[in-house]
Amino acid sequence: MMDFIQLGIGRWLHIISGVMWIGLLYYFNFVQVPALADAGKDGTGAGITKHVAPRALFWFRWAAVATWLFGALLLGAGFMKAFFFMDRAFYAIGIGAWLGTIMLFNVWVLIWPNQQKILGMKPASDEEKAKARRVAFLASRTNTALSIPMLFFMAAAGHQGIFFGS
Amino acid sequence: MKNPLDSLWGTVISGLVLTLILYNIVQFALR
Repeated sequence: MMDFIQLGIGRWLHIISGVMWIGLLYYFNFVQVPALADAGKDGTGAGITKHVAPRALFWFRWAAVATWLFGALLLGAGFMKAFFFMDRAFYAIGIGAWLGTIMLFNVWVLIWPNQQKILGMKPASDEEKAKARRVAFLASRTNTALSIPMLFFMAAAGHQGIFFGS
Repeated sequence: MKNPLDSLWGTVISGLVLTLILYNIVQFALR
């Protein structure tokens, strides 16, 4: 019963929250950023920044926390083995877990505080806003790039024999 | 040099290259 909750339900919730997190990350990078660049040319971006971006950011940052916590629950006793590469069976998930952890850091330390300045939730001068825009943009793009190996190693972790022949 | 993260394709290619590098490291470690 404990295995069902930890490894079954935990995995299910890890995937659901992960889909929401990475889905919104891809929405920001593949849809919203290019859309806002176009909207800036004809001044129609206000609706996106006022109504869409704050909601998307809310679900994005909390889904990131939920994904990490359900991932930690899934690892359970293997948490240290994965993060410190103490067992061959945990090498692939260890890489995935580290990439996910770096991405969570980027969300809460680089993306969210800077987005608060950009969207006017926190006071900031025009110069501070310009800097915040660049930092948040690069952190978001970094997470998009990191998501590619992260998802590879998540997939590989349960099928190490197929992916690594060992 | 231009930052590859400034373009979407540069971002995706960076992710693929990193995947390849990490894959080889893990493959080597599992030998």
